[in-house]
Amino acid sequence: MSDHTHDSGEEHIGHVLPLSLLVKVFGGLVLLTGLTVYTGTMDLHGFDLPVAMVIATCKASLVCLFFMHLKYDKPFIGMIFLLSVLFVGLFLAFVTHDAGQYQGDIQAYTSEHLGGE
Amino acid sequence: MSTTTNDHGHGHDPNRPKHLAHHFESLGQQFDSGKLGIWVFLLTEVLFFSALFVAYTMYRSNYPEVFQYASQFLDTKMGAINTVVLLLSSFTFAWAVRNAMLGEKSKLMLNLLITLVCAGGFMGIKYVEYSHKFHEGTLWGGNESTIFKADPADVPAEMKEHSSAWNNTDGKYSVAVKDLDPAFRQKVGVFFGVYFCLTGLHGIHVMIGMILIVWLLLRTRRGDFGPTNFNAIDFGALYWHLVDLIWIFLFPLLYLIT
Amino acid sequence: MAPSTNSLDRTNYLNATKGFRSWFMTIDHKRLGLMYLWSVIGCFILGGFFAMKIRWTLTPGVTDFMTQTVEQMNAYNNAFTVHGAVMIFLVIIPSIPAALGNFVLPIMLGVKDVAFPKLNRLSYHLWLIGALLFVATLFIGNLDTGWTFYPPYSTGHTDVSVITAVLGAFVLGFSSIFTGLNFIVTIHKMRPPGMTWFKMPLFLWAIYATAIIQILATPVVGISLLLLLVEKTMQIGIFTPALGGDPVFFQHLFWFYSHPAVYVMILPGMGVMSELFATFSRKPIFGYKSIAMASIAIAILSFIVWGHHMFVSGQSETMSVIFSALTFSVAVPSAIKVFNWIATLYKGSIAFTTPMLYGLSIIWLFGIGGLTGMFHSTLGTSVHLHDTYFVVAHFHFVMVGSALFGFIGGIFYWWPKMYGRMAEGALSKWGCLLSFVGFNMTFLPLFPAGSRGMPRRYAGYTEAAGFDSYNMAATVGAVVLAVGLCMALYSLIRSLKHGEKAPANPWGGVTLEWQCTSPPPEHNFDIDPPTVDDPYDMTLVEWRGQEEGFLPKNPRSDDPCIADIQKA
Repeated sequence: MSDHTHDSGEEHIGHVLPLSLLVKVFGGLVLLTGLTVYTGTMDLHGFDLPVAMVIATCKASLVCLFFMHLKYDKPFIGMIFLLSVLFVGLFLAFVTHDAGQYQGDIQAYTSEHLGGE
Repeated sequence: MSTTTNDHGHGHDPNRPKHLAHHFESLGQQFDSGKLGIWVFLLTEVLFFSALFVAYTMYRSNYPEVFQYASQFLDTKMGAINTVVLLLSSFTFAWAVRNAMLGEKSKLMLNLLITLVCAGGFMGIKYVEYSHKFHEGTLWGGNESTIFKADPADVPAEMKEHSSAWNNTDGKYSVAVKDLDPAFRQKVGVFFGVYFCLTGLHGIHVMIGMILIVWLLLRTRRGDFGPTNFNAIDFGALYWHLVDLIWIFLFPLLYLIT
Repeated sequence: MAPSTNSLDRTNYLNATKGFRSWFMTIDHKRLGLMYLWSVIGCFILGGFFAMKIRWTLTPGVTDFMTQTVEQMNAYNNAFTVHGAVMIFLVIIPSIPAALGNFVLPIMLGVKDVAFPKLNRLSYHLWLIGALLFVATLFIGNLDTGWTFYPPYSTGHTDVSVITAVLGAFVLGFSSIFTGLNFIVTIHKMRPPGMTWFKMPLFLWAIYATAIIQILATPVVGISLLLLLVEKTMQIGIFTPALGGDPVFFQHLFWFYSHPAVYVMILPGMGVMSELFATFSRKPIFGYKSIAMASIAIAILSFIVWGHHMFVSGQSETMSVIFSALTFSVAVPSAIKVFNWIATLYKGSIAFTTPMLYGLSIIWLFGIGGLTGMFHSTLGTSVHLHDTYFVVAHFHFVMVGSALFGFIGGIFYWWPKMYGRMAEGALSKWGCLLSFVGFNMTFLPLFPAGSRGMPRRYAGYTEAAGFDSYNMAATVGAVVLAVGLCMALYSLIRSLKHGEKAPANPWGGVTLEWQCTSPPPEHNFDIDPPTVDDPYDMTLVEWRGQEEGFLPKNPRSDDPCIADIQKA
């Protein structure tokens, strides 16, 4: 539905975030950056990428929820954002899967012509 | 369509706020429309970047060892500093939105200024990183002075001489580039193609953001913003946070591959 | 002066302000819509010129295939590339959403403008820049990549004209994104009281579904074209196999947009159809909800079928099978729409006006275009038909036969609203009839030609290949089609001076745009538009004769001009 707020004079729009919350979020983000640099130096036996992505997603969620105040907006706004992520995921899954499938042909060709791998 | 009877936006209504555009009925409707608009725009931005993330995933999943090798040419320390710089700018911009909503003009100016300085710092560090890569020849495959050519004969002679990555003179790298298998070396070039496109496109977005911040600063000085009129600041901040968001993913994906 | 719902003699949006600047720098959605309309028509003439050049080259006996020079063949490659690129990027994609949508959408919603009028102007200016870049391409070099710009050819051997063309398409992409964004926000936030989602005219549903595709898919083609540009100018190596890149990846990127873009072309056409069939059958549209939902379903399904363009590109077998299966699903919502339209016609009192004739043509043309689409989703058949004239015929039936005919039908439908004059008459009806006959003559023969193996994008065929009769029929048909289209255009232009003055509601539509005067005042409505109810309840209006057209049965007391007429 469209929104009809009839008093156009002194109406409240937007949501003011307390400064302490902003500071906490920023602190959390810096800590998580430190953490991801730290885990980046370790050998996590194949779990490096998932761990890094989980940390990045946590950071992204903090930015989205508080800095971008998604937490206080209408859920529909958040849905738009999730929709974009969903479509990127769909796109990624299809293309990566396909490229993985035909990679053998490319490698066979490359090794024939460049003498590598 | 009930409040503005027979007034069609010619400004006859004395109670009508100056910054309420003629085709909207209320500030709330104007704000909500703008908000939806900027979020839809951010959605297009996410999809705009998506192709490069898909390229990244595709090449990395097929050539993990290439990415592992190539990542050591990137300076993790610089990347980490840049991450914090960008996070700080996001924080000050979020604070600026709060200032605008509360009508604190001088604080708003200050926070926007800090954001702008951080953005400049980010680009400065980026510049240092880029120029180092041009010096070393750690570039994409089609560049003239890249050291990642399949055939070593195609690598310029001066690069072979002075590039420490090519000879591994300082022993920093696991294998000297000249000792790599040709096909492998070519794929490292692809990594740098993806790297430069991703960070380059992100850098362009940072620069657009800087122009945006300057514009917001000028408007702030003019006294455009107040508790019922902070849409531009809020939407500018949303754009800036998205730029930050993309870097949050770029940093571990490019710099932290072990 | 007698009161009238025609406002040509009063102040309206056309004569409110004068001068080049008042048009070029306007933020009025109606003026922007008209500027889009004429620009698109201009580009259509340009693209049409190249179409005739293609047909002329392929006419048996005109050029001898065996003795053609390389220059002639290059010119042919250029002709089909420019024809495709101009028609797709500059004509069909902006046609209904940007031209008609801009004009009609805010009025249908009873508001003064779209949500972001300045963004709307920006998107027209971007469109102009994109169009100019395309025109520049014609002079810079011999663009011969095909409208798809596949690497490695586009990034390697061909000349630099590909740079301006790609840049043009990139800029046009932004224009399209901003238009879509504007429409989404306008529909979400500015619907009038009483207009719930399911009381929205179906044209708006179609535009909404189109806008979803525009915002989700266009950024992807934007970045792919940008990457192509970087690849061409700096050899970045992502697509070029010689540098370790992957050209199939470009095709994925390209078709992730360009297949959904096919629905950017057809969905608005379907929206126009729904309006036409309801109004001219004097019946509520059959299956309102299913048509609305089918639009959304098409928008979403369009994103998971792009791989059917890549069956012979090196795409893996698994993905080909998956894409083949998914592609069939698009047939369901498309068929739902067609059946609903036919059900709307059933027992209606059909008025064979010019717009309706276009509408009725589309049922036949889209039927053929849609059903031949099934051949292309069938994996085995599709491989056989790939890059033959069967494909060419199929997509012309959909893009020209359905999308473009829908556009022309829409122009005739809303023309009285745009200019306050009727373009109705024998001339416009014959124009439609000739276009319909000519179109079928051109493209029907190409189906058998294609299934017999006539490859597309060849500069000619030897007589022994046996395609001469098909090509001859197609050329004759193309001439008839061109004559029909010219008659349509002439009848429109003629009406600007000589057409009868149109009342507010000449056709009997119930949607809001028929309630303001023709042409509308600057801010669309002299009074606040009424609360909206069912947009297809045809009993709300009644015929009051040639001059007054249709008027509401229960007029509102506060409507100055309509109330006067009622009294008189």
